[in-house]
This record gives sequence, structure tokens and C-alpha cells, in this order.
Amino acid sequence: MKEFLSQLRGAIMSTVILAVVCCGIYPLVVDGLGHALFAEKADGSLIVDSKGVIRGSKLIGQNFTGARYFHPRPSAAGNGYDATSSGGSNLGPTSKKLADGIAQNVADYRSQNGLSTNTPVPADAVTASGSGLDPHISLQNAEMQAPRVAKERRLKEEEVRAFIVKYTDPPGLGFLGDAGVNVLRLNLALDGVN
Amino acid sequence: MSRPFDWLQLAVYVVLVALLTKPMGLYLCQVLEAKGKTWLDPILKPLERLTYWLMGVDSEKEQDWKLYTFAMLLFSLVSCLLTYAILRLQKHLPLNPQGFDSLTPDLSFNTAVSFTTNTNWQSYSGENTMSYLSQMLALVIHNFTSAAVGIALAAALVRGLARHSAKTLGNFWVDLVRVTYYLLVPVCVVFAVVLISQGMIQNFKPYTKAKLTEAYTIQVPKTDDKGQPVTTNVAVMAQAPKLDQKGQPVLTNGVAMMVDVPKLDEKGQPVMTNMPVMVDQKVEEQTIPQGPMASQVAIKMLGTNGGGYTNANAAYPFENPTPLSNFLQILSIFAIGSGLTYYLGRQTKNQAHGWSVWSAMMVLFLAGVFICWWAEARGNPIHQQLGVMAAGGNMEGKEVRFGILNSALFATITTDASCGAVNSMHDSFTALGGFVPLFNIQLGEIIIGGVGAGLYGMLVFVVLAVFIAGLMVGRTPEYLGKKIQSYDVKMSMLALLVLALSILGFAAWASVSKWGTDQLSNAGPHGLSEILYAYSSANGNNGSAFAGLNANTPWLNTTIGVAMLIGRFLMIVPIMGLAGSLAGKKISPPSAGTFPVSGFTFVILLLGTVLLVGALNFLPALTLGPVIEHFLTNQGKLY
Repeated sequence: MKEFLSQLRGAIMSTVILAVVCCGIYPLVVDGLGHALFAEKADGSLIVDSKGVIRGSKLIGQNFTGARYFHPRPSAAGNGYDATSSGGSNLGPTSKKLADGIAQNVADYRSQNGLSTNTPVPADAVTASGSGLDPHISLQNAEMQAPRVAKERRLKEEEVRAFIVKYTDPPGLGFLGDAGVNVLRLNLALDGVN
Repeated sequence: MSRPFDWLQLAVYVVLVALLTKPMGLYLCQVLEAKGKTWLDPILKPLERLTYWLMGVDSEKEQDWKLYTFAMLLFSLVSCLLTYAILRLQKHLPLNPQGFDSLTPDLSFNTAVSFTTNTNWQSYSGENTMSYLSQMLALVIHNFTSAAVGIALAAALVRGLARHSAKTLGNFWVDLVRVTYYLLVPVCVVFAVVLISQGMIQNFKPYTKAKLTEAYTIQVPKTDDKGQPVTTNVAVMAQAPKLDQKGQPVLTNGVAMMVDVPKLDEKGQPVMTNMPVMVDQKVEEQTIPQGPMASQVAIKMLGTNGGGYTNANAAYPFENPTPLSNFLQILSIFAIGSGLTYYLGRQTKNQAHGWSVWSAMMVLFLAGVFICWWAEARGNPIHQQLGVMAAGGNMEGKEVRFGILNSALFATITTDASCGAVNSMHDSFTALGGFVPLFNIQLGEIIIGGVGAGLYGMLVFVVLAVFIAGLMVGRTPEYLGKKIQSYDVKMSMLALLVLALSILGFAAWASVSKWGTDQLSNAGPHGLSEILYAYSSANGNNGSAFAGLNANTPWLNTTIGVAMLIGRFLMIVPIMGLAGSLAGKKISPPSAGTFPVSGFTFVILLLGTVLLVGALNFLPALTLGPVIEHFLTNQGKLY
């Protein structure tokens, strides 16, 4: 019994002390260091326009459907790009629902971008991302949308392509992961929002 | 999409894991020694002493295996109750700027058990369920302590191997405190700040409202003044064959055409039901979550916990903003587990044994990566028929910034270890791509493995391999100079069989029960995979999911919670019994008949044992899930 009480004291006190250290001191130290060194990032890499209005986060995708804009990937997060309801479709390889959805997305993508009915479509353009908030599309996907956006905005295709290059995030350290075009930043830049 | 650097990334990863192993192992030797010396002593030694004083612990007094295990169980119970209480009372506690409600009893039980057992299975979505206090205190405390407990237990088992004619295995409280203070907290401070530099959030602000460039309209249920949904009474419709004027069914291609007709009850009256009234709502804003994420994610990865701050876990752009943050996260999953193999070699004075165990793990790791990577890069033939470019691979559920390789790599690593964080949705992987994470978990997560848990799990296989080798040559099996006797083999088998029994038992029960099958989001073999994955993940204390399964129901929360408890504690107790037994044995000098536990033959034997046990236990179930699904995908069969 004495041994039990002694161990119980250890269990209770260690829970309390470790809670103070790991859940009190530790996150506050990280918070302090984070804000001292990378305040803008610690607060969500927000995009604020010249009027001071928050337009989004550089890291979180937003939905665009207008022909003047580059379109992001399909999203399974809530009603689409709902940042408080992240997630993928979670539909498996033999899901009819998934196959039907992809077939519809392929048809839409072809008709929106004036492609023939047998043009293969970039995989990222017709599949939902894991988070439903993917800020990027592949370079190829952006290139295939460029003529449409250029036409709608009465710009030269080269001008639009220059924007794409500017808002392409390269692979990490030059070799990690894949390059991606940040759709929100690209669209806002086309609209003249910095 | 050309990916010229994929092979380079994989090579750099393996080399870095190898290079980290020795320094991490040497540091662990100091941390796991009550009188060990580290360069952090000047700052942390006073805190460590104060902690022991408050706990009433004599740091010089060691415990035998029973007391060590008892202390561990008691600590797990107390900290689990704390988490349960916080989740149940969330609504009334501070640091809840979004005003989230308290959690239900079954969800609180599931979550408290989940984090206590280092599983981090999540039946909830973090960003719309958990207050900052719940995340930071109720969950993060287990991210630290369940990792520290795992490392402590591995150390106790290694001490059992290294010592001879000994009664004690160390002091649980000392191991717990030292691992947390000297290893986990310092590394996490640095790691979290690096993650913030990549764009991860860390603050205590309420969620941000951003103005959308393009507003859109959604349909939402209409509510009255009191916030109650408004409903309307409508007839329930049922399907019936369409009849022509003569009352004959109308056929198309020999099949009866169906039409919707009002469903009638026994008296011939239409059956009515209340349907919510839907109204248009214009969405002009995007709500962007905030909170203390980086501090939580650092330990979630390093401690192989895996419980996401958000529902999408490491796929969420805040939770894994760049390919570099992704690379560091997968490196941190393996860092401690890999170092522990070096610790094993150093403590048992047989470094070649440590590296041999490490090599066996890395062979299994690479095999998994190659299969998963190949399957995902090959993509889904059904979707390619529909006009999707084959070159893109299977991008459903994957993020562009990670692409195919880093998604496959992450999935393999997170299930090799018992991490369970995901940067892509395993449910949407191809059949064989999804087979790899599932099989990794079922092997017992001994490929580097969860911090500590991976090593003690693998050592059980080592004992079995040595035993089998002994049977083959007809001598008493010896492991590191100690005779492996019937008690030791029984304990090892118990640890393995409990796992298989619990996974297959629960999965079988759920897959023939309405409470299980009702929650599936995929039909056909994939539905079985979802259930099998859930109980494998729970028993293996992994925590990743085929997330289509809607697990937040009382039945699933409870059974999965029990499976997690079985997977953790019913495995630990026999292993500690094994450790206690080994510590008490004498060491006999190696002789001509001793089976060497290092080198090529040993690695092959160990691999054979692992694969044989895994295959015998789980291949029949896997055949009905991912294996058959692979062939059905090739045939274009849909469900």
C-alpha cells in the first residue's frame, strides 16, 4: 500500500509537472521565438491588399470558377476550399462515385479550355487534393489554362506565362518535392492585388 | 511531369537517416543513464532535481520489471484521465476562442486512449472540434509522454538484455523525466521554429476571416429565430417498376424501368417525413484556422504520434507548408527509432548486432517504398481511360507540392514507424499503393518503428528468429549469451498473437455488423480494407486511417478505443516480463554452436521471421481487400 501511494504520487505529480513544461513553457517559448523570427509566417502568411483587407493566406487555396481566373484543383473540403473542414474525397480506386466525378471534371476542363475531346488532362486538374486546400496546380495544368485566361483578359499569352513563372514555387532546395503554381497569388496578381 | 530528382531525394533521405543513427544513439546512451551527462545539464539538471523532489522519487533507486511496469501503467492511467476530463469539460475551460462544445463521452474516451497509447487515431476534425487548450494540453502532453514511455520501455528491455543476474531494469520515473527533458523538449523547440520558418502557424489568435475574390452560393438548412432547423413535411419516395397503360412493366433492354412513387404504409396512406428546408447562402469569406500548431506538430512527428492539428493532418498546407518541411518531418519520424538500434548495439556491446537490426529494418523500408511508389506513379487505369494523363500518376488525395514520390514515401514511413501522420489520403491510394501502409502496420511497425515501440517490437522477432535458428540446428537457442527458454518464447508469442487476434477479431466483427458497414464510404473490397485498416491502425497504435470510414460513432469509437488499449498494453506487459526474465539470466561465453546475431545470415533469418509471421497472420484478409481490388482495378470494375 505504501509503495502504491508512493507510485501514485509519482504519477500525479509527474503529470502536473510535465504538463507545465511541455504544454505551458514549451509552446510559449516556441511562440516567442516564432514571432521574434518569423512573425508573418507564424500568423498564417496572410495576404493583405492595399486597402488593408485580408484576401487569404499564401498557403491556403481558394476556389475560382470565372473564366478570367486560373482554376484550382477540385476540392473535397466542405463545400470546396473550406479551411475549417479540410480533407480529401477518401474515395478508393474502384469507386464509381470517384470515376464519375473525374469523368465530369475531365469534360468540364476540356470544354472550359477549348481542348479536343481526346486531349489527356493533367492529373492534378481533375482530382481532389488530400487537404482540399492545395494552393498549387502543376505547371502543365497552368500552361493549359493560360490561353483561356489570356483571351478573357485581352493579354498576350506570353504575358500570362510570365505571371505563371513568377508565381511558381520551385522544389525545396532545388530537388525536394514538385514545383507548383500558387493559384491564389497568381490570380490576385493578375487582378493587380499585391 | 518529369521528376528527375526523385531518386536523389530517396538516396539523400536514406543517407541522412544512416548518418543520424550514431550521434542519436550516443546521445540516447547519456539520456537513458540516470547519471548520464549531456551538454544541457547546466540548464536542465536543476529542473530535473526539482521534478524528482516534487514527485518524491529517489532517482538512484531502480525498479524490478513488475514495479517498472506498474509505474508505467499508473502514469498512463492518470494522464489519460486528465485528458478525458479536459475534453469532457472543454466548453467550460479557457483558450477556446471559437467556442467549441465539449466532446461526447465515447469520443472523449476514444481520443484520450488514442493519445495515451501513442496511437493518435482521430475520430474528430481538429480544426472544428478542439479548443486551443485541448490541443495544447490534453493532447500535447501525451505526444511527449507517450513517446517518452515508449523509449523508456525500449531502454528497459535493452537493459534486460545487457545486464546479467540482475533484478532491476532501471527507474521508470527517471527514464520518463530524462527522455522528456533532455531529448524531446530541446529537439522540439528547434524543430518547431524551423517549421515556422517554412510557414507553419503558431499563435493564440482567433480564426482569421479572409475576403474571397469570387463569392459563391451554397445551400444550407434554414433555421428559425431560436437556431432550430426548419423542416417541411414531404412524402417519402420509393422505387417501383414503371407500368404501361396495360399495367405491364416497361422494359428497356430486358430490364424493368424504375420510377419514383410515394411510399405507402399498411393503410395505403403516403408515408411522410420531415425534411430540412434548404436556403441559399452567399459565401464571401474564407475562415482560416489559427492556433499553436508548430509546437504540436514538432512533437507529433518526432514522437511518432501522428495526431494532426487539423483533419487533413500533414496534407494541410499550414501543417506541412513546403517540400522542405515535409522532408524534415519524415526525417524526424525515423530519427529516434533509428538511434535506438545504435543504443541497442552500444549497450549490449555488440554494435554489429545493432547495425544488423537496422539493416533488416531498412531492407523492409525500401521494399515498401518501391512498391508504393511504383503503384502510385503507375496511376489508376480506370481514370486514365477517362482522359487523365498517365504521366501524372494517381493524384487523388495528394498535394501538388509533394507529388507522387513524397506522398508514397511519407505513407511508407509513417506506417513503418507507428507515426500515423499522413500527407496524402491513403484511402484514395491505388490498391497496391494502399496495401503497403496496411501491411507495414500489420507487421507490427517494427521497421524503425514507433519511438521505443519499434525496437521492442523488433526484439520480439529477434528472439523468435533466434529460437527458430536454434530449432533448426538442434541446440538451445541463445541470444547475446543468454539462453532463450520456454518462458521467453511464450512471452514473445503472446505479444505477437494478441496483436493478430485483436486486429482480425475486431475487423471480422465490424465487417459483418451494421454498426461497421454503415459507416463505410467505399463499397466492394475497398470497404473491407477500410475496416481492416482501422483496426490494424488502432492495434498497431499507428493512428493513420483509410479515412473514408466515419469512425465517430459510439460503436466504432469504443471498439477502436479498446483495440488501442489492447495493442499497447497487452503487448507491453509480456515484453516487460521478457525483459525481467532476460535480466536475471547468466551470460555464457559464445561457443562454436552459438548463432551469431549479426551479419548477412542473421538479417535474412530475421527478415524471414518477420515476413512469415506477417504473411501467415494477415495475407488471407489482405487477399480479400487490396489484393483482389488490384485485379478489379485492372479490369475496370467499379462499385
